[in-house]
Amino acid sequence: MSCLAYIERDSVLKRCDPRLKVAAAFLLSMLISVCPRFPALGLALLLSAGLAVLARLPAGPASRRMLRLNGFMLLLWAVLPISTPGEPLACLGPFIFSREGAALAGAITLKGNAIVLIYTSLLSTIEQAKLGHALKRLHVPGKLVVLFLFTIRYIDILHHEYERLAAAMKTRGFRPRVSLHTYRTYGYLLAMLLTRSLDRAERIMEAMKCRGFVGKYHVLDELSFASRDAVFAIVSFAALVSLVAAAQL
Amino acid sequence: MHISEGVLPGITLAAGAAVAAAGVGAGLKKMDHDRIPRTAVLSAALFVASLIHVPVGYANVHLSLNGLAGLLLGWSAFPALLISLFLQAILFQYGGLTTLGVNTFNMALPAVLCAALLGGVIRKTRSNQAILFAGFAGGAGAVVLSTGLLALSLMTAGEGFIVIAGTVAVAHLPVAVLEGLVTGSILVFLKSVKPEALESSLR
Repeated sequence: MSCLAYIERDSVLKRCDPRLKVAAAFLLSMLISVCPRFPALGLALLLSAGLAVLARLPAGPASRRMLRLNGFMLLLWAVLPISTPGEPLACLGPFIFSREGAALAGAITLKGNAIVLIYTSLLSTIEQAKLGHALKRLHVPGKLVVLFLFTIRYIDILHHEYERLAAAMKTRGFRPRVSLHTYRTYGYLLAMLLTRSLDRAERIMEAMKCRGFVGKYHVLDELSFASRDAVFAIVSFAALVSLVAAAQL
Repeated sequence: MHISEGVLPGITLAAGAAVAAAGVGAGLKKMDHDRIPRTAVLSAALFVASLIHVPVGYANVHLSLNGLAGLLLGWSAFPALLISLFLQAILFQYGGLTTLGVNTFNMALPAVLCAALLGGVIRKTRSNQAILFAGFAGGAGAVVLSTGLLALSLMTAGEGFIVIAGTVAVAHLPVAVLEGLVTGSILVFLKSVKPEALESSLR
């Protein structure tokens, strides 16, 4: 199985221009991350839930992804109301729950969920190579994009290599425990993986040099700006403006 | 070891993004085009390493190996870790988009420091014990430093976060020991099988 699984389900959002989606994801998340007040944060969560519906995120995998974030949020809810000083809301033995702490935990939960839903809907649904092309067209430094495209190209290959090495270890009876032997074995496994990776890198560089590689990467697929993209641009702009307006309330 | 979305105030996010951008810029500048495949393949390998869960006590942790990233990649650890963190955000929802800068800086600065302080020793020495020791110091030290930076970043979110920052820091101590042991054995192996792998850090 590929470890670069993106969400493949078709949707209106999926067919929109990836450049727009990348730009919208960054702008919306940055705005939400500095949003101070509750009405605006509520609106942010509503908007992001709307995006998730539009992206037709599959319920199972999407909720598993959100669970990871909210486990940490639970920890915040357990600690922040007690550790933040402020107006007492309730007492339980020696612990005093403050209003400020609860408000902080609430704001963080809303922000975190809204932002993660937004980039899950907008970015996790794009195939990574296309994402790289979109980044290139958004004038992310060329070398960084080339590095990104190469990295995603080799993750799957190396993961496969790792699985072969791990299977070989297993057939020899290796079982991970809490022991020095386990850690040394993992170290040697990874070192073997790195050794093979470096050999591979040399072969790639030679092959690339033969083809005249000078550090530039040419993106061949054409993107066209359809009317659907205009609608997406207008809607995301409206979302940005309404968030700014709600933050003033 | 990532900070989630929504936690940090805007000023910390902006500062993190600015210093991370400077580091990534330096890393890209030092990376000639003929080193791109090497950097990419190594960052892919380190990404794969971060998917492996290793038992510690009763829990499983995943490796970050940022000390090793520094020793192998030098300044290129900045762009490599940025890409790795970006992928972890969009694939697994670890970390996040707005926290990319802070998280990259917290991981990559210790990586580069590790290369600056220990790279010379590791290249010169012939004794396996010295390499194991230096590798342990690098792997564990990088995790301790990263955790320290992470705790500091969390503390900018308000005084209520001191408890959480402390808990996170203490919880990472066994992870640091584990990373040290794994990094040490990786270096011992590389030194005897492929010593040229360790030659080019901080270029």
